[in-house]
Amino acid sequence: MQEFLDTWGITAMVFLPLVGVALMMAVPQKEESLQRWLALAASIGSAVVGVLMLWNFDYDDSGTMQFAVDHRWIEVITARYAVGIDGMSLPLLALTLLVVPLVLIYSWNHIPAPGNAKAFLILILVLHTGMLGTFVARDLVLFFVFFEVVLLPMYFMIGVWGGEQRLYAAIKFFLYTLFGSALMLVSFLALFRVTGSETFNIVGLAERVAEGDISLTTQVLIFGGMFMGFGIKVPMFPFHTWLPDAHTQAPTQGSVLLAAVLLKLGTYGFIRIAIPILPEAALEWAPWIGLLAVIGIIYGALGCLAQTDMKRLIAFSSVAHMGYVMLGIATLTDFGINAAIFGMVAHGLITGMLFFIAGSVKERYHTLEIKRLGGLLIQAPRMGWILGITTMASLGLPGLAGFWGEFPAILASYDPAPGLSDTLFRVYMVVAAIGTVLAAAYLLWLLQRTAFGTPSEEFVDDPEVHDMVFTEWLAWAPMLVLIVVLGFLPSLIFDVTNTPASMVGDAVNALGR
Amino acid sequence: MFLNQFLFLAAALFCIGIYGVLVRKNGVLVLMSIELILNAVNINLVAFGAYRGDIGGQVFALFVIAVAAAEVGVGLAIVLLIYRNRRSIDVAEANLLKG
Amino acid sequence: MFGAEETIPWIFENVWLVPALPAASFLVILFFGKRLPYKGAEVGIAAVGAAFVLALIATFTWIGDIDNAEGGDESHSEEAAVLRVDGSDGALPVVLTAEEEGDGHGGGPRGAPIVTDVEWFGIGTDANQVTLGAEDSVATESDGASSGFGISIGTLVDGQSVMLLFVVTLVSLLVHVFSTDYVHGDRRYTHYFAFLSLFTSAMLFMVLSSSTLQLIVGWELVGVCSFALIGHWWEEKPNSDAALKAFLTNRVGDVGLMVGMIILYFAADRSFDIVTINEMAVSGEIPTGTLTIAALCLMAAVMSKSGQFILHTWLPDAMAGPTPVSALIHAATMVVAGVYMIGRLYPVFFEGFAIAGSSLNAMAFIGGLTTVGGGALAFVQRDIKKVLAYSTVSQLGYMVLALGVGAYTAGMFHLFTHAFFKACLFLGAGSVSHACHHSFDMKADMGGLRKHMPITFWTFIIGTGALAGIPPLAGFWSKDEILVGAGVFPGTGGNGTYTIPFIFGMMTAAMTAAYMTRVIWLTFFGDYRGHEKPHESGPRITVPLIILASMAVVVGFLNMPSGFVKALRLPEGWAHRFEDWVEPEGVASFVGEENDFTHAKPSLALAIIATGLGITAGLAVWQYYQRLYRIDPKATEYPNGIASRNAVVGAGHRLLVEKYYLDHLYTGIIAGATKGPVARLANWINQNVLDGIVNTAGRLSVGAGQLVYRFFDQAVVDGAVNASGRTAASSGGILRRIQSGQVREYATLMFGAAAVLAAIFIFAV
Repeated sequence: MQEFLDTWGITAMVFLPLVGVALMMAVPQKEESLQRWLALAASIGSAVVGVLMLWNFDYDDSGTMQFAVDHRWIEVITARYAVGIDGMSLPLLALTLLVVPLVLIYSWNHIPAPGNAKAFLILILVLHTGMLGTFVARDLVLFFVFFEVVLLPMYFMIGVWGGEQRLYAAIKFFLYTLFGSALMLVSFLALFRVTGSETFNIVGLAERVAEGDISLTTQVLIFGGMFMGFGIKVPMFPFHTWLPDAHTQAPTQGSVLLAAVLLKLGTYGFIRIAIPILPEAALEWAPWIGLLAVIGIIYGALGCLAQTDMKRLIAFSSVAHMGYVMLGIATLTDFGINAAIFGMVAHGLITGMLFFIAGSVKERYHTLEIKRLGGLLIQAPRMGWILGITTMASLGLPGLAGFWGEFPAILASYDPAPGLSDTLFRVYMVVAAIGTVLAAAYLLWLLQRTAFGTPSEEFVDDPEVHDMVFTEWLAWAPMLVLIVVLGFLPSLIFDVTNTPASMVGDAVNALGR
Repeated sequence: MFLNQFLFLAAALFCIGIYGVLVRKNGVLVLMSIELILNAVNINLVAFGAYRGDIGGQVFALFVIAVAAAEVGVGLAIVLLIYRNRRSIDVAEANLLKG
Repeated sequence: MFGAEETIPWIFENVWLVPALPAASFLVILFFGKRLPYKGAEVGIAAVGAAFVLALIATFTWIGDIDNAEGGDESHSEEAAVLRVDGSDGALPVVLTAEEEGDGHGGGPRGAPIVTDVEWFGIGTDANQVTLGAEDSVATESDGASSGFGISIGTLVDGQSVMLLFVVTLVSLLVHVFSTDYVHGDRRYTHYFAFLSLFTSAMLFMVLSSSTLQLIVGWELVGVCSFALIGHWWEEKPNSDAALKAFLTNRVGDVGLMVGMIILYFAADRSFDIVTINEMAVSGEIPTGTLTIAALCLMAAVMSKSGQFILHTWLPDAMAGPTPVSALIHAATMVVAGVYMIGRLYPVFFEGFAIAGSSLNAMAFIGGLTTVGGGALAFVQRDIKKVLAYSTVSQLGYMVLALGVGAYTAGMFHLFTHAFFKACLFLGAGSVSHACHHSFDMKADMGGLRKHMPITFWTFIIGTGALAGIPPLAGFWSKDEILVGAGVFPGTGGNGTYTIPFIFGMMTAAMTAAYMTRVIWLTFFGDYRGHEKPHESGPRITVPLIILASMAVVVGFLNMPSGFVKALRLPEGWAHRFEDWVEPEGVASFVGEENDFTHAKPSLALAIIATGLGITAGLAVWQYYQRLYRIDPKATEYPNGIASRNAVVGAGHRLLVEKYYLDHLYTGIIAGATKGPVARLANWINQNVLDGIVNTAGRLSVGAGQLVYRFFDQAVVDGAVNASGRTAASSGGILRRIQSGQVREYATLMFGAAAVLAAIFIFAV
């Protein structure tokens, strides 16, 4: 078993969904139930391999790549099929492996218009492969390929199964992210060139940058390209405008996957690629990243307060929450990066949950306009409760998962990495702390207007408004349990991430600035 | 002088044949005119063969006769079918090949 | 107290059971409550009851230990200043690491805090390891063992936390019992009890925190329970508005809490440990400037949680919740969390605000302002619960004032006594409202109730007496100590000369008696103004009232001044028992380098003056209503009172009615602006500026594309392609004429062509 995992484990996990796709292709479209089972089986198969690997993961050695495979791939450009799992990617992999099957379960009776379960589920599985691949890649070319594989299924998901303005949103999402990726690719290539065109391996590049004498300006420029690529995906403040549109128009499953996993590709890129390879440039950029992060926190919150659509509000809240993650990253400290990884997982669970709820609300009320909603706790008490718990988690209540992404990030910005201005980051800290007030304001306001009160006239006797159904329980329960469990046992994640996060922090410290 | 008469005869037959093919509208007559052309060729073949003391000319003429027989067979069948379909064997009316 | 070899009493190591029991009960009620015969109430009562028993055991064990140490010799002074238990290795944690630095502290380490910790999570690398790694090229990260330094979760047992354990479990138990009758038949009876349990658990969790991080967690959890219980009847918008307001106001303070705790964390060399922070604050390892900033930040949290001016506005609104909740959360326990936190980190505040030898500081001033401002507002309320709420604000101000002037024990003692008499008053108000068909309007629906509900009346009178500071009820003793602690009155000493806070305190002493007399009159005297006949409440309501009222009578004697004890010839050991039990010694004794923490000396004259002031004010109000009663037995105010005759008084009255216009400022201006124009502006920027840029970029590239398309693609590239196509088409058009379908024409062509070829062959070759 161990041998199999060491050699084929990651490959099996990443490509099992594609095997499922191949099988589903062979099944006629009208066999919908078979399609569903196949899709679920593929994702669960992938999850089983993943769980086996998590089981056999050496947690005392979470700083090194495990189950690593390094095989020749495209020799002309020295790109290699190099994959592996360490403590930094493990929580995010686990998140992906959990969320995708849940999304598939939710899809059991929630295939959005215009139907065609086969195509829809195939897209989800392709997305699955792309996301898993991004988190295990250790080679920049491989990373880039997987990073881009994610784009297309999401484009179709929004463009075909989306809301009224789906085409605008889909194209905006696609072009915006592609624009960032283009700059990112340029940076990768530039990095390859300036380090002597020898390798695309992340660790190898980091070593060569550390040894070589690449001018700071070059490093800063290369970092800038990566910043655009990852920053747009996160999304950071001025580049976030694709997000509300994409989220609002996407079908529920698309929104959940987008919020739960896709946004993390950007932040993951920062801590996996940009900062470890170019720590010096990161120091130069950090104050600006921090600035954009705190602007995002406040700005996203204010944007939320102005929204009239529930889904759009949740989408805007992502901007604010990812601001905390980015603030944690910008401190370049072990604390901050730990917080960032926790924040990613927590945000994935919580915001994913919120989008699930929004989708189910939309299915029942056929609207998400906050003014027309109300009294969810009366008409669907269990769902109202879950909405309550999730909003509480989202506003960073201790005892639930959201807190451990937020508080340590704020804490870390009191004492950023050496070389960064303490004063500046302390200002960021206070601003970010004020952001928690605004977060509470918009989330509770949302809760008050949707869950409290009495249902509006038009929905009082609506037979379509009912409480939760079985697939919803099945899909939501694991996420809810995790939100609570992580709230009380943050060590579940911190113990895994601490070593790799500290390594990043040490790399910055070692610059001795 | 031995050869010329045959060549003149053949040329005359050929021209009559050409004339028949180009001018007559009756499908059967067109076929007959084609036979005339073929026979003009046959005369030429035999004449040249005899002139050169070579038996090949006569052999070719025999082949041509055989092919011509087949050709007439097929041609008459087509004419018959045209007649069946159109109650006429006027080749000017058969213009389905028009581009 | 204990030698390093002695075992720590079982209860102190396992005190985590006290919050764990209600937590378990929360889960049980939540998931199975509706299926139980009493809808979950019995689970809650059982769990809180068991927690109360444990708390009692803890209390008496603590008292016993202190008293033994008192009675014994002073040889313990060489021993541990803090007892730490590492609870991480299994069920019976007995590993002891006594920190040997208790020597030199005057009185010995009686009451040393007992910390039982388990590791919660590890994050970051140890500061030492980082320096090691920098000096030494051996990478520390390579060995997996360096999983950072741990952040612990655990319990901190000392006098203060034991005192709160007792208060919280007792009041919570009584409130549980009271509620079974009071909210009987409520639409969400089961959820109500679930949240009561959760609240109790969270409060106890916070009280027992051994680290500031844990304190934050508990602090927020009690906040969310408060939110849920204020908004218990969330169908009506005012209730959910009040809940939101409470939560958001507290969040504003929480910014201060977070920032303050973060500052302390770094100041104390990256430690959340409360004892460590206190030690470092006392020893001067943390610079005073840092302490001052941290203390100011934490004051913001105190202001919001403990209803201090100007963040008190949520507390009166919180009365939208069920009355037992108001008694438990918004009077006796949760709102004192701020005061408790000051006490927990008292060295930080003591050093940060330079309390010793000063005459004014932020804490004392805020406390003083609150106590007067809140008291004044109590005069103009019609709603009996609102009066009590403002009274709570005022009394919380008293506690903060006490801590601000350095009277630690007085503040804690007032917290202790206030919990009982204020809970008694709130539950009394609930009982009254229960009788008057769920109205709280004193002017419209009450009056003359003393005949109808004697038990409620007498317990309410006792509670009022205690609140107004009438000797020998509980409030008298604690209030007197606070006034003494200000150190202004001749011969009292204390930690400074806090003249302004002292004046505020004296004013409040008079005001409290006055507005409470007004409440008593409007509720229990005069003629009944309601509609249906009121009735006395059942035993599940009256028994808790009686218990609380008797507590309000007796607890004051726990901290009698020694002069008083001597004068009455009581055993000398009866004097200031509370101080001995609760006041931290050992580590947290504030024997700093220069500014010592001293106790004020009680003064009989001051006690007489303060009590006299209160009684006079009360009698004046009594007279006022007596005269009114003679005019009209049902009247509640003079038809042409002074407020309508005098412009200045009228303006003052309106200022009070409008609650100093603070609500207008918060709800109308700040929240309104944030929700309205500011948010809309942000959204406008998003839609028009940022999205505008994106869309313009999109449109520009589309436009550029169109230009390229039209002038290059269409004209040049496509032009060439189309030209070739057209040529082919036109030539085809010409040639197609040849293909007429006439066999004879084909033949003509063929022959013609053959003729031409023949001609070429003949003539050209």
